[in-house]
Amino acid sequence: MKVLAAMSGGVDSAVAAARAVEAGHEVVGVHLALSRMPGTLRTGSRGCCTIEDSMDAQRAANLIGIPYYVWDFSEKFKAEVVDDFISEYESGRTPNPCMRCNERIKFAALLEKALALGFDAVCTGHYASIFSDDEGNLELHRSMALAKDQSYVLGVLTADQLKHSMFPIGHTASKDEIRAEAAARGLSVAAKPDSYDICFIPEGDTQDWLAERLGSTAGEIVDMEGNVLGNHQGAHGFTVGQRKGLQLGKPAVDGKPRYVLSVDVISNRVVVGPQQALAVVELSGDKFTWCGKPKDNPETFFDAHVQVRAHGEQVPASVAVVDGALVMRLEEPILGVAPGQTAVVYLGTRVLAQTTIDRTVSAVDAFSTGSASAGA
Amino acid sequence: MSVYLDNAATTPVRPEVLTEYTKYLQLLGNPSSVHTSGQQVRQALEEARESLAKTVDCDRSEVLFTAGGTESTNLAIKGIFWQRNTEDSKRNVIISAGTEHHCVIDPLEWLESYQGAEIVLVPVNFEGELDLSWLSEYLITNHDKVALISLMWANNETGVITDIKAVTAIAKAYSIPVHSDAVAAFGHMPTSFRESGLAAMTISAHKLGGPVGVGALIVSRNTKLVSIIHGGGQERGMRSGTMNAPAAKAFALAAAVCQQNLQAEIQRTRKLSERLIAEVTAITPSISLTAAKANRLANITHFTLESASGESLLFLLDQKEIFVSTGSACQAGVNRPSHVLTAMGRTEDQAKGCLRITFGHESSEADVAAIVQELPAAIDSALKAGLSSQ
Repeated sequence: MKVLAAMSGGVDSAVAAARAVEAGHEVVGVHLALSRMPGTLRTGSRGCCTIEDSMDAQRAANLIGIPYYVWDFSEKFKAEVVDDFISEYESGRTPNPCMRCNERIKFAALLEKALALGFDAVCTGHYASIFSDDEGNLELHRSMALAKDQSYVLGVLTADQLKHSMFPIGHTASKDEIRAEAAARGLSVAAKPDSYDICFIPEGDTQDWLAERLGSTAGEIVDMEGNVLGNHQGAHGFTVGQRKGLQLGKPAVDGKPRYVLSVDVISNRVVVGPQQALAVVELSGDKFTWCGKPKDNPETFFDAHVQVRAHGEQVPASVAVVDGALVMRLEEPILGVAPGQTAVVYLGTRVLAQTTIDRTVSAVDAFSTGSASAGA
Repeated sequence: MSVYLDNAATTPVRPEVLTEYTKYLQLLGNPSSVHTSGQQVRQALEEARESLAKTVDCDRSEVLFTAGGTESTNLAIKGIFWQRNTEDSKRNVIISAGTEHHCVIDPLEWLESYQGAEIVLVPVNFEGELDLSWLSEYLITNHDKVALISLMWANNETGVITDIKAVTAIAKAYSIPVHSDAVAAFGHMPTSFRESGLAAMTISAHKLGGPVGVGALIVSRNTKLVSIIHGGGQERGMRSGTMNAPAAKAFALAAAVCQQNLQAEIQRTRKLSERLIAEVTAITPSISLTAAKANRLANITHFTLESASGESLLFLLDQKEIFVSTGSACQAGVNRPSHVLTAMGRTEDQAKGCLRITFGHESSEADVAAIVQELPAAIDSALKAGLSSQ
């Protein structure tokens, strides 16, 4: 196959490209330029987007012995990922920009361009595996390296996208193994630090970055009954489940810590309450997609697992499509789920579906905003 | 066999130039040393200066060797600006154009940001031609504010030629010095410095069969400029640092060979370009010759492809070992929409679909045939990929 290896300049995508070459594919390395004003040198724990990262990718491609190009996706990235990130926060939701990037850039714009230019597949350094079922349908599964598993952020892939995707490092037991392999191959990125931060936010300071773009209007912090407990300098700085940084003068009556329960951008109010009020027992989303072959009889509730964060635990759930929405009834409540987050449904290790969460149902009837809190 | 059609980026070093270069690399001595060993290198350097002066058509002492076009241009623009601004602080305007190379635009922007310069751009039309009547008008009322004018002789992306003599004729009435970036023009069209009326002219070796890393700034003897590199006071005190005699020798020879074959080479590359233009524009109505009506260099041909990105075309041709360019400057391998094309009134999307094919002394009919054969399929795929990267 003719394979486009997306190379961020990190160790995972470099080893993935090398393995694709060894598997006998004709491989071309492509670095995605996602920033119009790339920094010169890497800072903090951001893993891509600087010129240094692009040079790292080029050096890796040279050593692997494959052609290398940089393709400019900066405008698309800004429109589809960065602007989306800002507007989601503006609506009081908590988006996942890495998922957006996979959904709209890596496995959409890049894949489409690759196919048009004669490639058969795009290969990345994600920790996830693609298997074929007995009928030849492709399935996305968790990586063997559970600690690094990235199947969650790939949940947006459709059956057709899976056909053109390759994750050569998904079957690896651990990141250490990848680093050792990179070192053995003489790749200088072998010891490059892992990236954690959002690539387009310098120094990982999301709140300041958002405040610069959205402005900050002071407002009230209230409890579930609407009593004013304090003030904030901008509602978008808060995330559901957040405990630190509330700066409330008065302690709670029960003396227990308080958490952000919801962010209402219209009234510019942040609602706080006890930890148990964060517990959510049901999630649903209208815009869901199947990852690979859809479930048979999806209108009947079936047993599955649900994960709501990239590195979160999965919880057992009963899942079905109800009135066109994907509904997930959780067997164990999970804390602090915000509309805008993505829920991914697993059958065993297989990724079955994903949706952006539109509604949550609280475990606590006392949650006075009603049993459902609707996102924008 | 690969096909190299990116000679405006750099050219193959001519075999006789390579021989000359390596011969002088073996010569021991610092040209500033007083002993015989140093003097023999000094002799080589001065032979090179004399030879290059003859090719450029200037005095020997008007040739300042530098490490390349970008350095020469920085020295000219900053040096003349500081000189003229120091003489009269009213003079803070630098006149240039939006189609200039980054080695002009970036020093201008720097001077504007940090040194109080004011940048005034001559209007450019859709064909990439400058509105010189606007320049005349502007100078009537503003001439006393102008420190210098810097306009390129020929554009490195589109090949569009500016009538430099007309520019200097306008400036002469007010004694305003004119600098010209002649990197694309020199060696590819007649560029007599003596007849040009220029105060300073930038030239570079690797665009005409010489090595990378050597250029020159030709500075007329009555032009004063402030040095930007300080040290041992070499090169009339304007460019300190040990002189690179082997590179100067190689540059001078490459330039002389170019000059000798100039008319024949212009005719030869003109013929290649005419065939290329006829065959490429016949592929699809989506592709057209840029600046078709303008006076252009024979060796630079620039096409604009609608609804496709030059990035895709370059990739597809590269896969076939055909090496071309979009023409625009790139940073870390990223092709940005060409600032030259946007200055010529194209939208950013239009400025993305660029294909620049440039001939050099080794280019042949076979090269044209090769690209013409591969282009239809490449254009087809590039159109399918569209502007998906936006």
